[in-house]
Amino acid sequence: MTAAPDHTPTMSRAGLAERLGPYIPVLLIPAIMAFGLIFIPSMSSWLTLTVSGLAMGMMIFIMASGMTLVFGLMDVINFGHGVFISVGAFVGISILLVLGHMTEAPSLALNLAAILAAVLAAMAATGVLGWAFERVIVKPVYGAHLKQILVTMGGLIVVEQLIIVLWGPEEIYILRPEALRGAITFAGAAMEKYRLLAVGIGAVLFLVMRYTLRRTKIGLIVRAGVENGEMVEALGYRLRLVFVGVFIAGSALAGLGGVMWGLYQEVITAHMGQQIMILIFIVVIIGGLGSVEGCFIGALLVGLLQNYIAFLEPKLALISNIGLMVAILMWRPQGMIPVVKAK
Amino acid sequence: MSDPMLRLSGVYTDIAQYHILQGVNFDVPRGQVTMLLGRNGVGKTTSLRTIMGHWRARAGQILLDGQDIAALPTPAIARLGVGYVPENMGIFSDLTVEENMILAASSGPLDRTRLDWLFSVFPPLQTFWKGHAGNLSGGQKQMLSIARAMVEERRLYLIDEPTKGLAPAIVSTMAGALRQLKDQGASILLVEQNFSVARALGDSAVVMDDGRVVWTGAMAELAGDAALQERLMGLSMEAGH
Ligand SMILES: Nc1ncnc2c1ncn2[C@@H]1O[C@H](COP(=O)(O)OP(=O)(O)OP(=O)(O)O)[C@@H](O)[C@H]1O
Ligand SMILES: [Mg+2]
Repeated sequence: MTAAPDHTPTMSRAGLAERLGPYIPVLLIPAIMAFGLIFIPSMSSWLTLTVSGLAMGMMIFIMASGMTLVFGLMDVINFGHGVFISVGAFVGISILLVLGHMTEAPSLALNLAAILAAVLAAMAATGVLGWAFERVIVKPVYGAHLKQILVTMGGLIVVEQLIIVLWGPEEIYILRPEALRGAITFAGAAMEKYRLLAVGIGAVLFLVMRYTLRRTKIGLIVRAGVENGEMVEALGYRLRLVFVGVFIAGSALAGLGGVMWGLYQEVITAHMGQQIMILIFIVVIIGGLGSVEGCFIGALLVGLLQNYIAFLEPKLALISNIGLMVAILMWRPQGMIPVVKAK
Repeated sequence: MSDPMLRLSGVYTDIAQYHILQGVNFDVPRGQVTMLLGRNGVGKTTSLRTIMGHWRARAGQILLDGQDIAALPTPAIARLGVGYVPENMGIFSDLTVEENMILAASSGPLDRTRLDWLFSVFPPLQTFWKGHAGNLSGGQKQMLSIARAMVEERRLYLIDEPTKGLAPAIVSTMAGALRQLKDQGASILLVEQNFSVARALGDSAVVMDDGRVVWTGAMAELAGDAALQERLMGLSMEAGH
C-alpha cells in the first residue's frame, strides 16, 4: 500500500492558528477549567466543582447525543426528545424501588447490579417508545420543520400525561444506593462517589459511540448519511432503516440519561425531561448539529461553566450557558464542530 | 439485437410544479457506451436522477434488464447493480478515501484485485488512501467518485459529467478510465459536455431538448455532421476542442 505519488506532495508548515484550528473546541475544556482555577479561591472547591461539572456534562451528553444524530441524519427536530428522559427515569427508578433490598444492601456489587437492571429496563422501555414515537409521530412529518416542532411537542405532552396517569402527579423522591452515597476525599476535596461513577459511565459511552461511528460500517453509514443521505441510498443502503435504528438508540440513551439524572437529583417528575431540554438544545447547537464529538465537548463546557458560575455568582448561573452559546455562535455560527452538508 | 440493459419509455418527471421530463424514450444497449447529450438544463441530470429513483417518474417505464424499476426505492435500484456518479460527485468529505470506497462496495469487503486495478487507473487514490476525502483536489474527488462506482462490477453505470471543470491532463485520465471500463464490456450511460471525450467513447448518442429526446443514433453519425450538431445542441461540437 505504499506507492510513490506521481508528483511529490510537500508538507508546508501551516501557521499556528491553522494547525490549532481543529483542536480549539477540545482545548476549550482545559481553558474553561483554567478559568475556574483562576477565579475559584480554593483548590479543593475547584476540584469538587470540576468533578461535579464533568458529571453533569457527561449526563447531558448521554441525554443529548441521540438528538444531535437524529437531526443530522434526517433533519428532524425532535422537541419531544425530553420525554424519553422522563420515561427512562420513571421506569428505572421504579425498578430501583422494587429492588430496595439490593440498593439498601451495603454491597457495591449488589447496588451496581440493581442499577444495571434499572438502566436496562429503562433503555428497553424508551427504545420501544422511541420506535413507536418515530413511526407514529415523526415519520408523517419528514421534511417539514414547523410541523415537526408542533407534532413532537404534542407527543411530549401526551406521553408526559401518560406518566402522570401511571405514576401519579407527585414527584418521586429516591435515595441513591447505599454504596454510592457520600463522597470520597482527595487532596482535601470532597467528590461525591455517584458523580465519579457518572463521569466514568459517560466517558465509556462516549468512547464506545466514537468507536462505533468511526470504525464500524454502520458508523460510516451514519456519518456519510449526515453529510449526504441521498448518496448513501444511491450506494444501496436503506437510510430510513439506519435512521430508525439511530432514533431508537438515541431514545434508549436518553432513557439511560434519565435514570442517571434522576439518581443525581434524587427526585423525578414527569416534566424533568422537558426542563433539561433547554440545556440539551444549547449543547446540541453549540456542538454543531449532527456532531457527536461537538455534542460531547459542548456538554462538558456547559456542565463545567454551570457549576463554576453557580459557585462564583449564583445569580448568573442561568444565563451563563446562554452567554456561552452566544459567544460560541458568534465565533462559529454552525457550532464548534460544523457538520458538512451536501447541497 | 438482444434486449437493452436499460430502456426508458414515456418517462415523465415533475419537480415541484414543473414538468421537467416530458416523455423520455431511449435505450442503453448492453456492453455499449450511450452518450446523453444536450444543452444546459434540458433534463440530462434529471433523467439520471429519475433512473436512480431520486426523483419519481410520474408516468412511464424504466426497465433495467427487463425489470421495471420505476417504483423501486433508490437503495433497491442500487443493489440491482447500478453504479451512479452524480453531477456533484457525492463525495463523503468527512470520511477517508478508504472509507468512501468501503461504503461503495456495498455487497461485501473490498476486492483486492479490483482495488489494485483502480489504483493503477487513479494513482492519487492510493497516495491519499487514509486521507480525508474533503481534502482531495477537485480532480481527485472526481476520480474517487468514479472509482466508487467502479469498485464493484455493476450492470449499469450512470455517469454525470465526469470531466466537468477539470484540467486537460485529468480529463484524459478520466477518459482512459472510462475506456477501460468500456473495454471490459460495461453498459454505460454517460453525460458528457466535452466533445472529444464524447466522440472517443460513445457508441450511440441520445440528444435531449426541453425534457424530450430529439435525436438518437450512432455517435459517429452525430460527430460527423456539424449541421446536425448545430441544430440539436446549438453549437458545433468541434468548437468544444
Ligand atoms: N431541484 C430542482 N427544482 C426545480 N427545478 C429543477 C431542479 N432540478 C432541476 N431543475 C430544472 O430542471 C431542468 C433540467 O435540469 P437538469 O439538471 O436535468 O439539466 P441538465 O440537462 O443536466 O443541465 P446541465 O447540462 O446544466 O447539467 C432545468 O430547467 C432545471 O432548472
Ligand atoms: Mg446536469
